[in-house]
Amino acid sequence: MKVLVPLKRVSDPDNANKIKIAGGKIDTTGLEWKPNPFDEYAVETALRLTENGTSPKQRLGEVVVVTFGPKETEMTLRAALATGADRAIRIDAKDEDLDGDLIARALKALVEKEKPDLVLAGKQAVDGDSNQVGQLLAEYLGWPQATFAGTIKSEDDKSLVVGREVDGGTVNVRVTLPAVVSVDLRIVAPKSVTSKHTPPTHNYADGVRFAALMAIMAAKKKPLVEVKLADLTTDTALKIKYSAFEPPAARKAGVKVKTVAELVGKLKTEAKVL
Amino acid sequence: MNILVIAELHEDSLRKSTHSAVTFAKNVGAPFSILVLGSGADKAAQEAATFGAQKVLVADDASLKDPLAERYAPVIAQVAKAGNFDVVVVTASSYGKDIAPRVAAKLGAGYATDISGVKNDGGKLTFKRPVYAGNAFGYCEIQTPVKVVSVRQSEFAAAEPSGGASPVEKIAVAAADPAAARVEFVSLEAAKSERPDLGEAKVIVSGGRALKERFAEVLDPLANLLGAAVGASRAACDAGYAPPELQVGQTGRVVAPQLYFAIGISGAIQHLAGMKGSKNIVAINKDPEAPIFQVADYGLVQDLFTAVPELITELKK
Repeated sequence: MKVLVPLKRVSDPDNANKIKIAGGKIDTTGLEWKPNPFDEYAVETALRLTENGTSPKQRLGEVVVVTFGPKETEMTLRAALATGADRAIRIDAKDEDLDGDLIARALKALVEKEKPDLVLAGKQAVDGDSNQVGQLLAEYLGWPQATFAGTIKSEDDKSLVVGREVDGGTVNVRVTLPAVVSVDLRIVAPKSVTSKHTPPTHNYADGVRFAALMAIMAAKKKPLVEVKLADLTTDTALKIKYSAFEPPAARKAGVKVKTVAELVGKLKTEAKVL
Repeated sequence: MNILVIAELHEDSLRKSTHSAVTFAKNVGAPFSILVLGSGADKAAQEAATFGAQKVLVADDASLKDPLAERYAPVIAQVAKAGNFDVVVVTASSYGKDIAPRVAAKLGAGYATDISGVKNDGGKLTFKRPVYAGNAFGYCEIQTPVKVVSVRQSEFAAAEPSGGASPVEKIAVAAADPAAARVEFVSLEAAKSERPDLGEAKVIVSGGRALKERFAEVLDPLANLLGAAVGASRAACDAGYAPPELQVGQTGRVVAPQLYFAIGISGAIQHLAGMKGSKNIVAINKDPEAPIFQVADYGLVQDLFTAVPELITELKK
């Protein structure tokens, strides 16, 4: 199976409260860049689908990672190569010149060249919080989609049964490949991804795999090519434009209560919610 | 301007999320119609007809029994085109988030997600939406003539029926996309709960990892007493102490009840993003330095395993 995984680097989501807004613009200076966590889960999922989990160094399929960004974003791709992805593509672009729709249209052109069996994406990037690229791409390709995947079972290389996490529970769908799947948090649980290559008794470590030092060195030699955005799409107009950003209104400081009785009293008489 | 509101159904009734999408239309202040899709949608259509819509359009077909984006999106796009709608709106539930982008792509429309506000300046719409887990708000405009948006349910109060009855019109369902033949609905494992939905609950009792295996044992009696929904932090869901559909946060459900109990929740920004719009927040945590206390209206520094039973006793008085 050949899997394409789009990756985005984001400013450290654990420091999102440190972002500065000046002159109506967001300033992320000083924040550390990290791969979008959902995209890391997508890479892990792709690796699990293309290996025997008991001997993960021997790859049984191809995992291609792709990002949009300037030269520095190659670090994000190298990190994915170090965990086991086979090759990488960087589409040269600046963040401010992109929106979800343009990314989806460019990815469509890339998919038509690369012909993967599956596109595995994170369900959303934790900076823009837009949750749309996977679904847009599926529509542009005319492919089926399975969003918010918490489990994936591949019975063969032609179809997947995907457990989609929806508001009221889990919806199981069977998609015939090629398809787009976007992944949710629990896709990296020990038994959430099963394929015919890995013995059913195998338990994965919880979460995404770490790269060994040797693998990090080896990843420097793996193929990484640069593609111009204009080679994928000539229509680079943005469909969404931001005019301003502002910080959220501060919540007024609350009070500490000393006892449960005092808490209940305040909820009854002050907040009047009981 | 002409707005198309996409209804969301639960069995044969409208979900409350639909009422929030109607409120969006009313906030814009333009005429709107409601599209109801499903199989056996008469009851939902009658409900939809009480909100003051110009029309209620009903796509009732066996092929629409389960909400699959590959089947719903072509019908929505067809209706949007045929009726010359300028704005298509869904609520940003898992249903809306799944379907709306495919509709936007079909219409060549820009799609702004999870919006928390809208301003109509003489026909020019500006949308407000949270980014960076709610640590900033962006104001954006959609550049295309047709616009698709999903709205954050917690920021658009449920519309009340305004009386009267809109005309109900059945529409023929367009042929499905080829993609529809390659996706099959297998099963729904519905979360079994007698409690209110997180998006609709007035009171939410939410727990964190500190509850460990005693999550339900400790929280359920309190939730039962208050008629509350139960929520959970990502950490509690990740650790397997609570099922995934209970997750409140940036990547889970976004809620804004009258009263939110954060019990044994430290207050990671991803969780705060999902609950800090709540009207009253109570935090119970034994760590006085926990960030949750910075957003809590009422903070109680105490071990939850003693505080929660005591709270139940006190409330019963």
